[in-house]
Amino acid sequence: MSKQLNLTLNVWRQAGSEAPGRFETYKASGIPDDASFLEMLDIVNEGLITQGELPIEFPHDCREGICGTCGVMINGRAHGQEKGTATCQLHMRKFSDGDTIVIEPWRAAAFPVVRDLVVDRSPLDRIVEAGGYVTAPTGTAPDANEIPIPKEVAESSMDAAACIGCGACVAACPNSAAQLFTSAKLWHLNSLPQGQPERFRRTEAMVETMEQFFGSCTNHGECTEACPKEISQDFIAYMNRDYITSKVANRKMASRH
Amino acid sequence: MLPDSHVPGGPLADQWDNHRFDIKLVNPANKRKFKILVVGTGLAGASAAATFGELGYDVEAFTYHDSPRRAHSIAAQGGINAAKNYRSDGDSIFRLFYDTIKGGDYRSREANVYRLAQVSVDIIDQMVAQGVPFAREYGGLLANRSFGGAQVSRTFYARGQTGQQLLLGAYQQMMGQVATGKVKLHTETEMLDLVVKDGAARGIICRDLTTGEISSHSGHAVVLATGGYGNVFYLSTNAMACNVTAIWRAHRKGAYFANPCYTQIHPTCIPASDEFQSKLTLMSESLRNDGRIWVPRNHDETRRARDIPEAERFYYLEEKYPSFGNLVPRDVASRNAKTVVDQGLGVGPLKNGVYLDFADAINRDGRQAIEERYGNLFDMYERITGEDPYSTPMRIYPATHYTMGGLWVDYNLQTTIPGLFCAGEANFSDHGANRLGASALMQGLADGYFVLPYTIGNYLAPLLGEDPLSIDDPAFIEGEAGVQGRVQQFLSIGGSRSPEYFHRELGKIIWEHIGMERNAEGLEKAIGEIQALRGEFWKDVRVLGNNESLNSSLEKAGRIADFFELGELMARDALDRTESCGGHFRAESQTPEGEAKRDDENFAHVSAWEWNGPDTPQTKHREELEFNEVELTQRSYK
Repeated sequence: MSKQLNLTLNVWRQAGSEAPGRFETYKASGIPDDASFLEMLDIVNEGLITQGELPIEFPHDCREGICGTCGVMINGRAHGQEKGTATCQLHMRKFSDGDTIVIEPWRAAAFPVVRDLVVDRSPLDRIVEAGGYVTAPTGTAPDANEIPIPKEVAESSMDAAACIGCGACVAACPNSAAQLFTSAKLWHLNSLPQGQPERFRRTEAMVETMEQFFGSCTNHGECTEACPKEISQDFIAYMNRDYITSKVANRKMASRH
Repeated sequence: MLPDSHVPGGPLADQWDNHRFDIKLVNPANKRKFKILVVGTGLAGASAAATFGELGYDVEAFTYHDSPRRAHSIAAQGGINAAKNYRSDGDSIFRLFYDTIKGGDYRSREANVYRLAQVSVDIIDQMVAQGVPFAREYGGLLANRSFGGAQVSRTFYARGQTGQQLLLGAYQQMMGQVATGKVKLHTETEMLDLVVKDGAARGIICRDLTTGEISSHSGHAVVLATGGYGNVFYLSTNAMACNVTAIWRAHRKGAYFANPCYTQIHPTCIPASDEFQSKLTLMSESLRNDGRIWVPRNHDETRRARDIPEAERFYYLEEKYPSFGNLVPRDVASRNAKTVVDQGLGVGPLKNGVYLDFADAINRDGRQAIEERYGNLFDMYERITGEDPYSTPMRIYPATHYTMGGLWVDYNLQTTIPGLFCAGEANFSDHGANRLGASALMQGLADGYFVLPYTIGNYLAPLLGEDPLSIDDPAFIEGEAGVQGRVQQFLSIGGSRSPEYFHRELGKIIWEHIGMERNAEGLEKAIGEIQALRGEFWKDVRVLGNNESLNSSLEKAGRIADFFELGELMARDALDRTESCGGHFRAESQTPEGEAKRDDENFAHVSAWEWNGPDTPQTKHREELEFNEVELTQRSYK
């Protein structure tokens, strides 16, 4: 039998983006320590429904740390205190009997609250839309082995591509900056041979779209600390370098017209 | 009557080429005049929407997620098959075709499967061009591994996150089309009904999950790429929101549902730890390449795994299947795990698992090599269970993972409703009664990138000059009223139990009677129990809140209502199919060694079920399967 925990939760409740929010206190009793954090919320919600109270809305889907849907502030930290772990993968054995847990939605002006712990992260899609792709229409590709890619390059690209788009980097950043998210997508594509033709067009467009929604990076490093995939801040440096280059490279292209 | 399956004539290897030449084309300048609605933006939906957009069609894409990148395709770990034969180990299009037909236990259509194997090679080219960072060798060429059920190395992978990388590739390609305006994206939008008029699909009715707004969308054709229905089991490896509603609503409007009883149980998942478990987590099948599966021979074993001497360990797969050993196909591995656990040999606190042991592999290749291969999976296991798989064997048990059944489609991926197409896991087409590892990603992308973009034109070409049905048409108005009425019904029942309660109870019935092993008595019992629980649901479900804001209980109630009807059909289909095949194991039909025994004389057909209205059993239609290229044999992995 697993151990059981009795907890006090302070949860942010908010009926909609325009409605005022408030903290509500709930008892979470008899929580098995093998339960995941989200299963703990499931148990609390079942209790609320039994009492005729509206359950707490929280974002979640795959519950295996890959879809990037979940994510709440747990005691002030994005995804909680366990490093490299999304909220859904955090388990209650990391907490102690009698703990008080403060649970809030992602905090960022660019992510308005939809309800309770659910926020709207669509600006991240706008950044991808601005250039986070390789233009290669279906059916036009050469044989997959035509262009060898050094293993180190593929691995480095994959390190960046591992981003799950959860937005924890933005929520953890004192400036609500999206540099880690944007730079990870840029390095994923800009480091590969396939990403070269659009490299500078992509960089300029994505950075400038990012700046329409998010704050600026001042190198706090909270993003990498909170990232469930431990994406490196180095990518931000690569992005800044490419962004400066893009201002020159893209201008040169324009002058030919 | 089941419509013609439109399998082209001629030799198997030429059928797709011939078909592509024979089907009607839409002139590039006319494509913009056709509107296509794509529901679901996982691998199949995103790749289809992106390609339609590139071709010039006017596309609208719908997802209930906040971003298309959340679709459950993202969770596939192991890899994607393709008949590239880069290893020169004897692979070929024909071998991939043959393995898929055989792996599916001879219950799929030869022509579809051959086409799948043909286009598999194009998928890898396309995804590399999209910037998918597949694993590579030091020389810079693509790496491969072998995967459950195959004796060649044809699986391409990106660490343990192949599904994620492929989905991001397709999603990004689609977002590029969103930027050009060719694809209009609707997020947080759930399809709740299909609109059919004059026998053809005309559009869909959706609900905005954040505002509750019900809206009508009209198009010349509708593509459903909405995934599988594994969550009917409650506990499964599916994401929490995965559901059958889109294809079930289409079924109720006339699309036949094929082979619902073909469900796949994945052998390597982490066993449930308690009653509150909300989902099961899959551990990639690739672990079976290096892990050895065993249970203690002694029923009352209490020692820790590493203290149990070799002679007292029962390596049941290696003993029973010497040539395939731990790499037998999924259904065989799963059933054998159930057998030993049912015998009381299970391990773990609830005695509900078997060991997957890496000690030998670590001794042989070193800890570092194992870490490189499976590091992220081992970390994930430790986070969930609190146990270190480098020093203690993993505990695994089968869980529902994939559903081979789905809407019946012809060779063009068109359902029995003209203008309604179905792709990816949502259709029944390519995996027969059992899917091989690393084939789901392949099929989703094959359908979306390389099949639908051709075949949909054949349907659209004759419609040139016709406008989509007006959303003021009575068909749309009635559709909206129906959806609105159902939403209000859920909110007004005012019962005492949550939707979650009913889902969990339904799952228990399905797992017990329509799980890894089925028999007539259990299936009949299941039908009665499901009906009774469904009656209770409609009287006693409690959905709080309102329609006008995010309300996950309301969403869930609708999905469970459809799962009840599906569950009953699964039982009827399983009852009707008295043979065993692939993932469908009827206890009454087994060989003396306890293996699945097919009945080719009576069951070499697809069962396609036609909706007859609520509370009336569906009518079965048969599509006979013809095998011209492969000989039907009893599968043997000994």
